[in-house]
Amino acid sequence: MVLEGWPEVQGIPGWNFHQRHHRVHKDVDQAGRGLCPVDRLRCPNYTWDLGSRYSQLSQASLLRLYHRFRALDRNKKGYLSRVDLQQIGALAVNPLGERIIDSFFPDGNLRLDFPGFVRVLAHFRPVDDEDPGMRDPKEPEPLNSRMNKLRFAFQLYDLDRDGKISRHEMLQVLRLMVGVQVTEEQLESIADRTVQEADEDGDGAVSFLEFTKSLEKMDVEQKMSIRILK
Amino acid sequence: MGFPMFVPFSPWKWLLLLVALECSEASSDLNESTNSTAQHETNVRFAAASSEPDEKISVFALDYDYVQIPYEVTLWILLASLAKIGFHLYHRLPGLMPESCLLIIVGALVGAIIFGTDHKSPPVMDSSIYFLYLLPPIVLEGGYFMPTRPFFENIGSILWWAGLGALINAFGIGLSLYLICQIKAFGLSDVNLLQNLLFGSLISAVDPVAVLAVFEEARVNEPLYMMIFGEALLNDGISVVLYNILIAFTKMHKFEDIEPVDILAGCARFVIVGVGGVFFGVIFGFISAFITRFTQNISAIEPLIVFMFSYLSYLAAETLYLSGILAITACAVTMKKYVEENVSQTSYTTIKYFMKMLSSVSETLIFIFMGVSTIGKNHEWNWAFICFTLVFCQIWRAISVFALFYVSNQFRTFPFSIKDQCIIFYSGVRGAGSFSLAFLLPLSLFPRKKMFVTATLVVIYFTVFIQGITIGPLVRYLDVKKTNKKESINEELHIRLMDHLKAGIEDVCGQWSHYQVRDKFKKFDHRYLRKVLIRKNQPKSSIVSLYKKLEMKQAIEMVETGILSTTAFSIPHQAQRIHRIKRLSPEDVESMRDILTRNMYQVRQRTLSYNKYNLKPQTSEKQAKEILIRRQNTLRESMRKGHSLPWGKPAGTKNIRYLSFPYGRPEPAGRDPWVAELPDNDSSDSELPSIMFKAHSRTGILQERRLTQEIIPMKSLPRGGQPSHFSYQRNTSQEEHDGRGRREVLRPKPLFHVVDEEFESEEESEEEASASRSRWSGDHRPNRQHHRAHSPLLQRK
Repeated sequence: MVLEGWPEVQGIPGWNFHQRHHRVHKDVDQAGRGLCPVDRLRCPNYTWDLGSRYSQLSQASLLRLYHRFRALDRNKKGYLSRVDLQQIGALAVNPLGERIIDSFFPDGNLRLDFPGFVRVLAHFRPVDDEDPGMRDPKEPEPLNSRMNKLRFAFQLYDLDRDGKISRHEMLQVLRLMVGVQVTEEQLESIADRTVQEADEDGDGAVSFLEFTKSLEKMDVEQKMSIRILK
Repeated sequence: MGFPMFVPFSPWKWLLLLVALECSEASSDLNESTNSTAQHETNVRFAAASSEPDEKISVFALDYDYVQIPYEVTLWILLASLAKIGFHLYHRLPGLMPESCLLIIVGALVGAIIFGTDHKSPPVMDSSIYFLYLLPPIVLEGGYFMPTRPFFENIGSILWWAGLGALINAFGIGLSLYLICQIKAFGLSDVNLLQNLLFGSLISAVDPVAVLAVFEEARVNEPLYMMIFGEALLNDGISVVLYNILIAFTKMHKFEDIEPVDILAGCARFVIVGVGGVFFGVIFGFISAFITRFTQNISAIEPLIVFMFSYLSYLAAETLYLSGILAITACAVTMKKYVEENVSQTSYTTIKYFMKMLSSVSETLIFIFMGVSTIGKNHEWNWAFICFTLVFCQIWRAISVFALFYVSNQFRTFPFSIKDQCIIFYSGVRGAGSFSLAFLLPLSLFPRKKMFVTATLVVIYFTVFIQGITIGPLVRYLDVKKTNKKESINEELHIRLMDHLKAGIEDVCGQWSHYQVRDKFKKFDHRYLRKVLIRKNQPKSSIVSLYKKLEMKQAIEMVETGILSTTAFSIPHQAQRIHRIKRLSPEDVESMRDILTRNMYQVRQRTLSYNKYNLKPQTSEKQAKEILIRRQNTLRESMRKGHSLPWGKPAGTKNIRYLSFPYGRPEPAGRDPWVAELPDNDSSDSELPSIMFKAHSRTGILQERRLTQEIIPMKSLPRGGQPSHFSYQRNTSQEEHDGRGRREVLRPKPLFHVVDEEFESEEESEEEASASRSRWSGDHRPNRQHHRAHSPLLQRK
């Protein structure tokens, strides 16, 4: 299920162009000419601009992420696989590591291309200070809005994508995040309690609306923003 | 000596030690007065015994002079260590003030006693002792414990700030003090420009290490932490280089005039000294890394190699008048990476502890000496000079911080905020370095040395006590405005999840802004350096090499222990749950939140917790180990079931929670060395022989351990050194005796010794009979079902 509010990246012509272009230049690159595929001369500005406008990341950040993408791509295949991400040492010891990696591969994809990479990371762009009312209402909500940030966190819990965090899903997350000192029984009662606390309509699960309500006092914008993704 | 008995009463302990010290002082005095006539006899006492037969052999003789200096130094260090113990006994004290405050106070007390009893202070510090013996360990420790990656990620800003900041401060303070000295009313007209500059250079040596502890507690952002760390690391070096050059100028000035050429030469010298020092350090670092490549058979000398080469780099650089401080820092940074991979685990621990100890001793000595020399007649109090010094120190620090960061912010991907800059400004704590440099000023060149020393002391006392104590509250105030409101469990959980998520995403994007540079270095490193410097038989996989030190195997086995038990009783629980009462009292909710806050994994920190005076057990390492093992376990689990991890299948959902704990006791009460439980249930795993081994008898443990280790080397489990969170067996068994055990009932307890198909029938009877006898058995037939099926039979109660 595609979550609403996420524009289809593939539909943006510039991106497709960029991808085609990228492939060409990768070959050039491998031939040893060392050309950066986002070389302005080869890659028309509008492609890059489109990417930048879509993700709202600055071009400098995009370029940086592109280098990171290339660095993570071990055998220069042009896309990332799960193994590439699993090789990040710090992610291996992140209790949520696997789930974070999962979130890069939605809908069972096995390949992560650069636009997809950027799309995930764009959720973590800090929120601009400018008045959100100034935005054109016809444009889709930016990926880094509070709602989209929350949605991203929500889908870490919601494994079956039914829009609800069931008690079982809550328990699974708790198991991941709590050290082995806590007994299973304690965890279960904590999971029960957590679901109970947030559950307002009494269906024994936490819906996205209930999830946002339980976090309404929290500064989610700040919690889920990374400074370097301007 | 009965010191340990008095440890809880720290005032008593202090008193006692002071008395002890006093006695030694007094005895030395006594010694001096009584033996003054027979002084030469004492000096030649070894010869005297044989050559002069007429001298009587005294039954009891006192020769304090012979041991005086080491004796007193030992007592000082001991005193400081005991004071530290007292300091940390009251747990809130370390949060209130930095440890250097305590050391200075102890020093001042000793100084007061020495002064009160009219002793001369012992000659601990002179220039050569300081530069040759006291300074290198301090610098080495700083370099070795530096978090390499974040440092190099911020290296531009750090060099810019630490290098130029020290220069601006030195010249700014020196020049403005020179202007003040021109005012006749203050009586300072005999202090010339060079002396002022020299004073500026020594007073600008900040030592903000004490601040780092505060930062760590307040969780300031990483670049800020690294700026302060980098400053602490490099500032000393730069100040000392400047100091030495200015001393040379002052000497020159005595005899001839300084020409512009000399000033240019001085500037060139400054660069050469710095760069040359770093160069020497890097060379020696590589050499020592290369040598540790061959030490696998004689690992006892590994720490020695590390220390001697670091020191050698310092001495070699000093021989050529290069900066030894920068050399030893660079040496430590260079070799650390390779040495850590080469040396054995024990050597690695030894190196860490020994380094901490040496630097701690050095610094303690300097601080105590500072306290001692605070009290005495060697002061010249000039209000104008001291007040202006204090004011200029603050002003110039502010100017340099705001100006330099304004510039460097233009080039940074993400700039330092004004708050960050304020914190950096406020962290300008002076320390042992400034004092030592001031104290070592040659009296011949500086007729008003006393005034300089006094002013330095005032600045140090002001910054250490006032700024050091108030910076904690300031950082907390500026950084996070904490709400006192209690968070709900939901918030607690979601917030932590978001923290982990953020950390994970940060790791995915990486923080390094110059990937190409790093990639080039990495390639070079892999292609050449590592091949030359690191032993051959290293594990290839990156994760394995990263966590090689984590003793994975041992812990994997322990986790596997848990699988059997949990799968056995997870189903009954599911049923039980429904019957549980849904209403929870507020206390229960409270305790749940408590459990969550305490036991949820911490977000990873790349800057390992750093404390100048102590090595903390790294909880992050333990945690990393636990997570890794659990993940690996999940993987295996899914492999065994014959399917690979599909997309969307949550990792780590396999139930491996096995160690149990009542609500009231979330922390493990202690370890239990004699009860170990380690069945290997995972028989399909080909690399481990499936062996079940249970022990519960205290008497049999020795013999059993020997047996186990002989026959099943894979299973050798150092029982004494288990991570504490893996060993709660005693807790649970106590619980059972109390009749409070709930889920433990179904767990296969360590109550049977053997699980072996052949002996299975005798199991029940033998269990009771052989309480003191232990046996082990190798179960080479992979039969997991068997174990599982029988486990309910094998438990008592």
